Amino acid sequence: MSVLVLAETSEGKFKKVALEATSYGKKVAEQLGTNLVVLSINAEDNSVLYNYGAEKVLSVKNDALNNFNAKIYAGIVSEAAKKENAEVVIVDSSSNGVYLAPIVAVNLEAGYASNVVALPESTSPFVVKRKAFSNKAFNHTEISTSVKLIGLAKNSFGVVENNVSGTEEDFVPSLVDSGISTESVEKSTGKVTIADADIVVSGGRGLKGPENWGMIEDLADVLGAATACSKPVSDLGWRSHEEHVGQTGKQVASNLYIAIGISGAIQHLAGINASKVKVVINTDPEAPFFKAADYGIVGDAFEVVPKLIEKLKEFKANNA
Amino acid sequence: MKILVCISHVPDTTSKINFTDNDSKFDTNGIQYVINPYDEFMLTRAMWFKEKQGATVTVVNVGDATTEPTLRKALAIGADDAIRVNAEATDGFFVAKQLVEVVKNGGYDLVLAGKESIDYNGGMVPGILASLLDYNFVNACVGLEVEGSDVKAIREIDGGEETLKASLPIVIAGQKGVVEEKDLRIPNMRGIMMARKKPLAVVEPVDASATTSAQKFEKPAAKGAVKLVDADNIDELINLLHNEAKVI
Repeated sequence: MSVLVLAETSEGKFKKVALEATSYGKKVAEQLGTNLVVLSINAEDNSVLYNYGAEKVLSVKNDALNNFNAKIYAGIVSEAAKKENAEVVIVDSSSNGVYLAPIVAVNLEAGYASNVVALPESTSPFVVKRKAFSNKAFNHTEISTSVKLIGLAKNSFGVVENNVSGTEEDFVPSLVDSGISTESVEKSTGKVTIADADIVVSGGRGLKGPENWGMIEDLADVLGAATACSKPVSDLGWRSHEEHVGQTGKQVASNLYIAIGISGAIQHLAGINASKVKVVINTDPEAPFFKAADYGIVGDAFEVVPKLIEKLKEFKANNA
Repeated sequence: MKILVCISHVPDTTSKINFTDNDSKFDTNGIQYVINPYDEFMLTRAMWFKEKQGATVTVVNVGDATTEPTLRKALAIGADDAIRVNAEATDGFFVAKQLVEVVKNGGYDLVLAGKESIDYNGGMVPGILASLLDYNFVNACVGLEVEGSDVKAIREIDGGEETLKASLPIVIAGQKGVVEEKDLRIPNMRGIMMARKKPLAVVEPVDASATTSAQKFEKPAAKGAVKLVDADNIDELINLLHNEAKVI
């Protein structure tokens, strides 16, 4: 018996969500009194996983796997789970994680709970807490199959150090026929993405026009943050759809979310609720966002944001 | 091309979410139901395939009779016919197994669905359905073209997009981008009149056991009051974010 985690890499490096899933997997293994096995695909250095509790690493190295393919990757996870007799399989909630999980669920006949935010509250019956109703609620879900599949929500458990002396084993899985080929991948380089960002700076209609986004980008630069926007802003074409956060846009689960000129409609708040700390800057003290935020400034963004950028630069210089 | 669009019947996005029966059930009191917004994009794309490429479009829902107005709305938007599997949608596996029967009986070669429903957010039915049928599968689709049996799908990835090639039969789970929001179809009076006469078949479910069960719900803990910082005192905000919230 074991717990299996798929630790996702990007260009050979483990993503933060992979270390989070490993940290989480270690605790689940402790709850079950068993060992943690971590599966990595084309990682440069697996030893980092030992810092987060990986007692055993199954390392797959194959250039044919450089492009993600959900069915093939799901086949590898499933084969590893069977080989290690895994009782619980854990994947992250990245775009790749949510794509492959349902396929793994079928392969392993495993009940699948997505968007899980905490350790199992009991292991027999096996019950986990997950986000539902687009971040407006949680539900406690029992998984009743013998193999359980968990999709861990981003930034819900955190990266927790847990040094173990682990071992690495080469794993050569069979690759299934996928039926899908990747023709091209377009990724913005050098830009922090909303999915990976610890901090997100977001602008709304209060900014009056796309020409005023310079200060949003400057603020994001100072903080190493991703930029985002409200739905009206993307609908008006001021910013690209990729930046739209909200119930039907991207979901943000960052440590810090700064909303500038966004009133805080219920659909917007649903998309950003999972962020830990929320700051709102808005001229209207009655804006609903003030009820959802931790910190707020009632003021004109065109005055407040440039000052904030300047002060943050000073702060960064003093705390470098 | 025979298209099946999976329609979830969900609370309107503005709904206040509450629970009843000791927090074990969603409180439907005063709730307006709509076509799941992600499904709406796929339905509109299906209409395009119908008009430009002569596809037929069937919509399906797994649910009790109260979901029929939502299916009628999909018919008013332009679907040719509707199927309701008469069962409570207990979990993703259960729903997917019902849809497997519908797809097999109808011989659909393009199955469209939203990437998730906005109520349970499971995000698993399309992928499970594709795997059980051994159909190809693309998730988080933001652009879709079909020529003959060749499929070109653009998938949203973290920080970008990728272009995938596959062939029918396929299950596509999509979102905004497959069509733009401004192009979403709204039923017109003629559509609504015609929808009343279109076939809505009710079929009984096949035996399938659920693998998960939602037992209890809770709402996020009430938030403390916002701490307001004076617009002239930005240093204080930075201090709070650094020393109190510890996020910078």
